[in-house]
Amino acid sequence: MAALLQLQDICFTYSGSRQSVLDGLTLTIQEGQPLAILGPNGSGKTTLLHLILGWLKPNQGSLQLNGKRFGEYSRRELGQLLALVPQNEPVSFEFSALDYVLFGRAPYLAPLEQPSAKDQSIAFAALEKVGLSTLAKRSITAMSGGEKQLLLIARALTQQSQTILLDEPTSHLDLGNKARLTNLLRELASEGHNLIFTTHEPDFALALSERTLMMQKGQILYDGQSSAVINSEALTHLYGSPVEVVAHEGRFLIRWDHQLSS
Amino acid sequence: MITHSRTAKVVIVSLGVLLLIVVGLSVFIGRYPQPGFMNPALLKTDTLAYRLVTNLRLPRIFTAVLLGMALSAAGTVLQVIFANPLVEPGFLGVSQGAAFGAAFSIIYISSALWSVQLAAFIFAFLGMGFSYFVARRVRFGGWVLRLIMAGIAISALFSSGVGILKLVADPLSQLPDITFWMLGGLWSITWQKLLSILPMVGVGLVLLMLMRWRLNLLSLNDQSSFSLGLFPSRERLLILVAAVMVTAAVISVAGIVGWIGLIMPQIARRIFGADTRYVLPGATLLGGIFALLCDDLARTLFPGELPLGILTSLIGAIVFLFLLARGQQGTRA
Repeated sequence: MAALLQLQDICFTYSGSRQSVLDGLTLTIQEGQPLAILGPNGSGKTTLLHLILGWLKPNQGSLQLNGKRFGEYSRRELGQLLALVPQNEPVSFEFSALDYVLFGRAPYLAPLEQPSAKDQSIAFAALEKVGLSTLAKRSITAMSGGEKQLLLIARALTQQSQTILLDEPTSHLDLGNKARLTNLLRELASEGHNLIFTTHEPDFALALSERTLMMQKGQILYDGQSSAVINSEALTHLYGSPVEVVAHEGRFLIRWDHQLSS
Repeated sequence: MITHSRTAKVVIVSLGVLLLIVVGLSVFIGRYPQPGFMNPALLKTDTLAYRLVTNLRLPRIFTAVLLGMALSAAGTVLQVIFANPLVEPGFLGVSQGAAFGAAFSIIYISSALWSVQLAAFIFAFLGMGFSYFVARRVRFGGWVLRLIMAGIAISALFSSGVGILKLVADPLSQLPDITFWMLGGLWSITWQKLLSILPMVGVGLVLLMLMRWRLNLLSLNDQSSFSLGLFPSRERLLILVAAVMVTAAVISVAGIVGWIGLIMPQIARRIFGADTRYVLPGATLLGGIFALLCDDLARTLFPGELPLGILTSLIGAIVFLFLLARGQQGTRA
């Protein structure tokens, strides 16, 4: 397995803040191994994701993608290699679903270029892939949270990047949408996409990832194969509150709080 | 709302044709020899009519079209990059800066038109520059919020400056000049003035038109547009400078003409949806048509010239109210 991303001794502090978010983080992420990042609020999960995207620059340390430093890539090249599915993306104008997904073609177009019919068909194929092709002309402001999440994934697919970063992809979804999203992401992983995602849900991490990183106060607490790392002891330590992982007919159940005290 | 790109293109071409027709008709609308239409045959026989058309009407008509196009295009792109459909091209201290520059020139330098124009242009850019500088210094809020707040503060500073200058101005000679400039109008347009702004407006408009699709992406937040391979802050600044340049150029010759830059993008969005690929050219053509029709009225309705800014505000505000009422119905349907 080749190394996709290498992070060496990364330190990061937001400007204007004295508290460092990440403090000497070293990490190698392999290709073809879905990675979950778990951790309490404020543990530096999203910051780590934004550093991997190149959106934030570390105060110290180095980041390499496919063996090359980030600075050696142009903006457009990075856009072709890494796609982001943000946690929520406010939109001020009533774009149609297809127009919105088409934005994913930007890394392949020069600044003054207009998208071609080919770009249009790539975007439409991505809509089909996530099952929203019948809503292509629908305004995105009229779409539900679940549909919007699928649209963002379709946009990432339109970007045709090998690696997709997802920031808490299940945070606004009901159970049905969560199941659909999990299946879609599994399919993408099996087709060779590298998935790196943050989440607050250990069961989602178990369902999708092979490797799990548990972060606390900007440092890695546990790191390893998901089915091994996600256990009662580690989760209780991570969240500072009793959590129990129960194996049940080959599946895992997560029990917390009142379920435990009863 | 149009959802097919082919229909959108047909509508844009139709608007272009309509603009040409309105330009053609405007040449013969006026108060010579009598209010209303002039017989085109007169151009061959009456030298005064010929000179009136070639020296006064034509440059004025082209400037009106340019004014409407520039304000509408600038309004559209600023609304997009600030992700706020209520932004107006002069809002970053540009309009008030220009007014201050014009008043300053009238009182302390010269009320010669070239001097007023130059001062208005320089101060329009200073207004934007100050707003930008202040926004960079503010430590809280996102980029958009900081710029909008800075723009409000800088506009207020310049407009109180204009208030002070009005007090200082000679009420008989200078004050009327300042007031009339601030109401906006094209009565003083010559070929020379038109040519003085044409390069800037032309370059700015062409650049914005070429970026018409990419503009869409700049309406997303910085981190999303970054992830799509853009340089959000750099590209926004480029577009901001282009939009302010075309706005400052037309304000410098026409004074403050309000509402066009706010309303035309709104109407264009009703017609074309949100995609700036079609909204931008659509709004630009609509702006040209609207400004020209308003200016035709401004110079024809009464024996004395009606300030253009008053007409655009009056008609613009009525259209806006109409849109608001219609909008509610539309969302319920």
